[in-house]
Amino acid sequence: MAERARVGIVLVSHSAEVAASVAELAAGLAGGGDLAPVAPAGGTPDGGLGTSSELIAEAARRVDGGAGVAVLADLGSAVLTVQAMLAEGDELPAGTRLVDAPFVEGTVAALVTASGGGDLNSVAEAAAEAYDFRKL
Amino acid sequence: MAAMDAGFFRRWLTLAAAAVDRDAARLTDLDSAVGDADHGSNLRRGFTAVTAALDADSPDTPGAVLQLAGRTLVSTVGGASGPLYGTLLRRTGKALGDGAEVSGEELRDALRAGVEAVARLGGGAAGDKTMLDALLPAVDALPDTAAARAAALGGAEATVPLQARKGRASYLGERSKGHMDPGAASSALLIGALDEAAAGQDGTVEGDG
Repeated sequence: MAERARVGIVLVSHSAEVAASVAELAAGLAGGGDLAPVAPAGGTPDGGLGTSSELIAEAARRVDGGAGVAVLADLGSAVLTVQAMLAEGDELPAGTRLVDAPFVEGTVAALVTASGGGDLNSVAEAAAEAYDFRKL
Repeated sequence: MAAMDAGFFRRWLTLAAAAVDRDAARLTDLDSAVGDADHGSNLRRGFTAVTAALDADSPDTPGAVLQLAGRTLVSTVGGASGPLYGTLLRRTGKALGDGAEVSGEELRDALRAGVEAVARLGGGAAGDKTMLDALLPAVDALPDTAAARAAALGGAEATVPLQARKGRASYLGERSKGHMDPGAASSALLIGALDEAAAGQDGTVEGDG
């Protein structure tokens, strides 16, 4: 089982910079080695603030290796757009799931878990557990 | 109202696009009071894309017209109104099935399914100061489109004193009171356009090209 597919991660933010930076941050914090695929899907195709179903679908296809895709979203239309796409059934790869998690902390947890070979359930749970990391 | 074919639904959406275009500045002003001031421009971009998509690819059933319009809104609006209106039209379109014509009662039932899908997606309910406050009374008034139009407008106006409980506006708490919800306002435009399309059904020459 040398080349088992890993869960891919898609980051949906209103801002292209936020999505790309969180991807970079998570990769940095996840440590070296061979990381699971992460793709940002931030902003609108013309560079504005917002959510683009095309960018989301493209990112999900890019990271889909057959083991499922975990999507993390920031808020509002980012969440609603992913949910609306999932409800249609055919707009995202099979095995795509919106993960209920804080965007930054959840992404780090998801990437570490996915890179270690965790399945989609483990990745989703690890990301959701990030809600319990109290800061005070 | 008479039976409605694909041409009727195209006219409805074309009239809705014209209404959104006409009122885009007002919708954005409403959104600047409680949100991020993009509702008018976002919806205008979406409905402009809808009319272009319907021109490029003429679906031949009411259900297909609404599903194409909904898909287009999800992919072009860029804000929360994209998935919300997109879901409304796609679910309504799916519920209409693939018949060439639908009755007013069938449209009412399908629209109710669409509105329920919007409520599930957004997690909202009547009185949360959302588009549902215009759409729910409108559906109840159908198939009388004039009554539905009045009910949607009344529902939108009734959002003015409410405190928002969903979306960006809910962060404002008490300060969200005193403004009409932009989504309820645009929903009233959509239902108004339905009534315009129905009013144009009698006595107009069908020019479906």
